[in-house]
Amino acid sequence: MFRTQYDSDISIYSPEGRLYQIEYAMQAVAQGSTALGLKSKTHAVVVTLMRSSDELSSHQRKIFKVDGHMGIAISGLTADARVLLKFMRNETLHHKFVYGSDLPTGEVVSSLAMKSQRNTQRWGRRPYGVGLLVIGYDGDKTHLYQTSPSGNCFSYYAQAIGSRSQSARTYLEKNFKEFPELGLEELVLHGVKALKESSGKETLTKLNVGIAVVGKEQKFEILKPNKVQSYLDQILQTEGEIEIENENENEKDEEAETLELKLD
Amino acid sequence: METYLGEKQQARQWSPYINNGGSCLAVAGDDFAVIASDTRMSLGYSIKTRYSTKYLKITEKCSIVSSGMQADIFTLHKVLKSRAQIYEQKHGKPMSTDAVAKLVSRLLYYRRFFPYYTFNIVAGVDEDGVGCVFSYDAIGTLERVKYSASGSGSSLIEPVLDNQVALKNRNDIKKEEFKLTKEYAIDLVKDAITSAGERDIYTGDFVEISVIDLNGTHEDKFELRFD
Repeated sequence: MFRTQYDSDISIYSPEGRLYQIEYAMQAVAQGSTALGLKSKTHAVVVTLMRSSDELSSHQRKIFKVDGHMGIAISGLTADARVLLKFMRNETLHHKFVYGSDLPTGEVVSSLAMKSQRNTQRWGRRPYGVGLLVIGYDGDKTHLYQTSPSGNCFSYYAQAIGSRSQSARTYLEKNFKEFPELGLEELVLHGVKALKESSGKETLTKLNVGIAVVGKEQKFEILKPNKVQSYLDQILQTEGEIEIENENENEKDEEAETLELKLD
Repeated sequence: METYLGEKQQARQWSPYINNGGSCLAVAGDDFAVIASDTRMSLGYSIKTRYSTKYLKITEKCSIVSSGMQADIFTLHKVLKSRAQIYEQKHGKPMSTDAVAKLVSRLLYYRRFFPYYTFNIVAGVDEDGVGCVFSYDAIGTLERVKYSASGSGSSLIEPVLDNQVALKNRNDIKKEEFKLTKEYAIDLVKDAITSAGERDIYTGDFVEISVIDLNGTHEDKFELRFD
């Protein structure tokens, strides 16, 4: 009701005690494609859907390595994510140089939260329009955190952000109780299945699905497309969709042929 | 008090540098490199520790060994490790051996007027898979060579390498007939540093030896004399 009166600046509260600019920034996160994370006792995994704006362009990377024991998946303004990524890389490297050990995930997320909050209360600055899912393994424990433009950060057993993330979240809520004891393979499969819930009409391929893992005796690693494909195959086999995939491929070949004729 | 030439004699001034001893060497072949260093850290006629590493693996294809002052070796290696990670984050791939060699040279020259008391050797395989060794002085003078030795035992090791790798002063074998194989190089490096350990009091305890080729780095360790 009061939205348009109280949303022109970050420093204005609404009568209900809300800062609309921050909420609009969180809307930017919700517009990005899905990114989800989940963890067991030994591993933490992020799975993302990488959009490409058209057939000619590459798929937008959403997973980035911060350090050997930590990485992030992003949703929202990629340019803002780059700034936060650089910050995190700097913090972890500095800690490693000075103290000779891995910077605990929780600490870097706290610093990030402070940094994000600063932008909600400073003249001339705007909130970062990106949400991060941070996964890490330190102190013999797995970690999954979500950060948001508001400066809030929470630890999660599993979480999904971005567009259509509610479907993935519902899947995760149904299954999260069994995650702690799972091995890496099964954990990733759950992640991909959750992603499938929010993929909508888009078919999951090795080019538009990103997976990264970290854990005990597993350095943060972004899986290569062939490995991603093996997980996708396992999902598709169980759901018997391989026939439908083949049909789609045939249709594409026919389209390509007709195009060639027109050029002649 | 004044000397007969009129100059004032000064009391001995405090020096920020000490030499912790130790020997390092590296040999390059056609498609591999072998790099080794001992682990003894000395001060004067005492041993401070029998295991203090002088070796750092920078990438899968490149490593560095340094002799001289342990404090400077430790710091230089720390800085190098961080810089290698920054490079990898910025460029999305590990540093090439040539890039590492140049970086070490720059890091050393950066301290031209308060040098790192380190005598470094960088070894690895270059972009073409050819083995390479780079040797330095304390302020970063860089030279690519086929083999090099540094440290307290270098004067004992270098002539051996001259004779066995470069075939200098040999009448029994022709250069065209000689092929430097990996096994030959590993044995040579082991023997050379063992021999240095026999006569140089600052070389001994353990040796960290590493073989680098296109498949990666294989690290090993063996014992020297403890006396």
